[in-house]
This record gives sequence, structure tokens and C-alpha cells, in this order.
Amino acid sequence: MEFTLYTLLGMIVTIVLAFVVGMTYMGLSRKIIARIQNRKGPPVYQNFIDVAKLYSKTTSINHGFMQHVGPAFLMVASIMALMIVPVLNGEQWFGNLNFSGDLIFLLYIMVFGPLGMALGAGQTGNSNSAIGVTRGLSQMVGFEIPWVMALVALMIQFNTTSIVDLLNIQAESGTWLMFSSPFAFIAAVLAMLGMFRYSPFDIVGAPTELASGPVSENGGKYLFTMMSSSSIFAFVKLVLYVDIFMGGASNLVMLLVKTFAIYLIPMLYGAVSPRYRTEQAIRYFWGWPAFFGLLAIIYAVVF
Amino acid sequence: MINDKNSQKIVDIIQNWSRKHSIWVLAYGTGCGAIEIPPTMTSRYDAERMGVRGAATPRQADVLLITGYLTTKTLKRVLRVYEQMQDPKYVIGFGSCTINGGMYYDSYNTIKVLDKYLPVDVYINGCMPRPEAVLAGFGKLQELIGEGKANGATKYKENLEWYRANQKKVIPTWKRPEYNW
Repeated sequence: MEFTLYTLLGMIVTIVLAFVVGMTYMGLSRKIIARIQNRKGPPVYQNFIDVAKLYSKTTSINHGFMQHVGPAFLMVASIMALMIVPVLNGEQWFGNLNFSGDLIFLLYIMVFGPLGMALGAGQTGNSNSAIGVTRGLSQMVGFEIPWVMALVALMIQFNTTSIVDLLNIQAESGTWLMFSSPFAFIAAVLAMLGMFRYSPFDIVGAPTELASGPVSENGGKYLFTMMSSSSIFAFVKLVLYVDIFMGGASNLVMLLVKTFAIYLIPMLYGAVSPRYRTEQAIRYFWGWPAFFGLLAIIYAVVF
Repeated sequence: MINDKNSQKIVDIIQNWSRKHSIWVLAYGTGCGAIEIPPTMTSRYDAERMGVRGAATPRQADVLLITGYLTTKTLKRVLRVYEQMQDPKYVIGFGSCTINGGMYYDSYNTIKVLDKYLPVDVYINGCMPRPEAVLAGFGKLQELIGEGKANGATKYKENLEWYRANQKKVIPTWKRPEYNW
């Protein structure tokens, strides 16, 4: 009984933490990009204000059942992914349900939300949404290949699919996996550029071409759900990278330092890059990232 | 508890504060005033520090920024855009043309007084208004929102027949379904 209570409380704490950290990172990225462009920029907490405003807007849009459910799909998928990623090493409060999920399940869950969103966006009948969805799915085909290759390399190398086992292996050997299997790390980081959808890979929601793509028919509370779920999902991805490649974190300060260091890669790469076209983005992912993924698998099999 | 008058007041204060500091603008930039929007948004004047940000579609936008004159043809599009926006929504009339016709005061084909067709919350005077003036206009709108006085959308709903009559006068041939025309 007590264990269940702790787990439930831990879940709520984890969700709140993920929301706050994800939102703050997005606010920080807006601030940093503004400073790069020699602007003052919005305050760090601007995204919280945006979210509060979106929640307080009324909504009278009805395109059908799936359109209402689409954002909920995203939210559910984000929270599910959060639940199976261990946030801190061996911590009672942030353990969540990580014993029952592994990397393969996580790979599935990570595309579940965008697929639900695609169904929802399809029902709005907006042509911009349809183009955005096709672009998003094509891009997903692009970056999933190096990403899966990197994870498969790790699975072969250490003969496990569990994130907790990978954490324990890193704790025992004393080195991070980004050093002991460097090619997998490079492939995964390059795949992450596409996963975060910052420019040059912001082809899905390109505001100037597609009028924000799949979300173009959604305002108010729908957009609130999407923004919150995307911030939670960003936190999930960052924590996953830290867990797999950087040995996890033993306390919250270390977690924030490591996740922010990882987060700087797609953000700063995006701040100085213009947008790719769809085929350029896919060609990018099937070039060097896929090559490094293949190298990682060969490395894992041979050594 | 939620229906209590005092708690509603607190909720209103929080909502107005967040609405005030997060203004997503849909710029209807067919008039010449649109050329003043890029300098307002980019490095020199940086409207984003006030929470003003561009929105891509009417569904996500809070403010409809009408930059300059409207012809009877573009008025149709503006009406459709305005009615697609979600409450609470505000309109900013930008430049002299939206106030009294400006240099098009004797044109047969343009809308002279925008306020007869759409409820305008804030006018920004000038031909052209400089980015400083635009920022001052946004500041005024923020002030009004904070006080809860930017109620153009409610005015539009209450006086819909008057607005519709004015709109029909200048757009005699527009096939729209009867229930929203």
C-alpha cells in the first residue's frame, strides 16, 4: 500500500518537474536565441505566461471527434514515455514504472503521440495540416533510422534492452557510454537534431510556409495541451540521453546541468541554421548519422 | 467556491495579466503599413520582449493587426479571419487609413472608417506609424487588457446587427450562408 502511494506521488512530482523544466528550457532557448540575434528577448518565464493565456482562451472549434482527441494522444504518449524513463539513479521518488518498460517499448511510445496527432490534424481538413503531417512522418522516417541503429548497437554491445541495466553498467565500469561506444553517441545526437524539430529541421511546423503545420487549426486549450506535452516530451528525451549516454544523474542539480548541456546542442545548431527542405532533411539523416549508426553496430558486433 | 465573486475576481486578475503579457499577433498585411512590422519584430525594436509574437493562423491569434487601408474585397477576408479567431480577441487599426481613410479619403473602393465594420480596440495614428508608435500602441492595448477594458469582441457580439448592416452595405454581392451573414 505504502509503495503504491509513493509511486503515485512520485508520478505526480515527476510530471510537474518535467513540465516546469521543459517550459523553462524552452523559455531559456527563446532568450538565448534572442541574445544571439542581439535582441533583449522575452523573459525566461514567457512560456508559462503563454500557456496560462492559452488555457484562459475560449475554444469553439469543432472538426470532429479525432480533432479533440489528437492533443490528448500527444499528452498521454508524453506522460507514458516519462513514466518509463528513470529520472534519477536509484531514487524512490523518481523511479516511476521504469522496471516494466525497456528501450523497444520506448521506441514505440515515442512515435505514438505524433501518430495520434497526425490523425487529429488530418480531420481538421486544413491543407496546411495535411502537408505538415506528411512532412513530419517523412522526417520521422529520416531520423528514426540512425536513432534505432544507435540503440540497437547498445543493445548488442551490452546484451540488454533495459535502461536501468545500462545505467548500472555505466556505474560499474565508471565510464559513460558516450566514451565506451562513441559512434552510437554521435549517431544518436545527430538523430536528436531532428527529434527536437528546431531549425534546420523545423520543416513540420514551419510558420512562414505552412502556417504552423499540423497545429494550424488548433488554438486555445488544444494548443495549451500541445505546448505542455511537447515540453514534457522534451524533458523525456533529454533525460533519456543523459541516462543512456551520460551515466544518469544522482541528484537534481546534476540532472539539470547534464540535460541542459545536451539541450544546447540542437538549440545552438538551430540558432545559426536556416530551414532545410523535406528531402534535404531526409538525405541528411540517411547520410552521416546513418553511417555512424552502421559503424556503431559494427563496433558493437566486432568488439 | 469557483462561482464566488471574490475568487472570480482573482481569476480575472491572473487571466488579464497573462493575456496582457502574451499577445500573439496576426498581421493582416495587405496595406503599406506591413512594411513597419518587420523592424518592430526584429533586433532593432524587438517587440518580443513585451510578449508580442507573431501567430501563424487566426485560430492561435489574439490580436488582428490591420495594417493600412482595406478595400471592399479585402474586407471580406478580414471578416472571415476575424470570425475565425477565438475569444478573447482584439483588433488594432494601424495607420490613418483605418481611422478616416487617410490618403484614400475619396476613393470609391476602400473602407474609410474601419470601426463601422469591425470593433477596433486601439488605433495607431500616422502615415506611416513608426515602430516606436507601434510599440506604444501595443503598450496601450496591454494597459486596456490589464484593466479589462479591451472588450471589442463583446461589443461586436452585442451590436452584431449594426455591424452586419454596415458590412452588407459595402459588400452587396457576397454569397455567404444565411446563418452567419
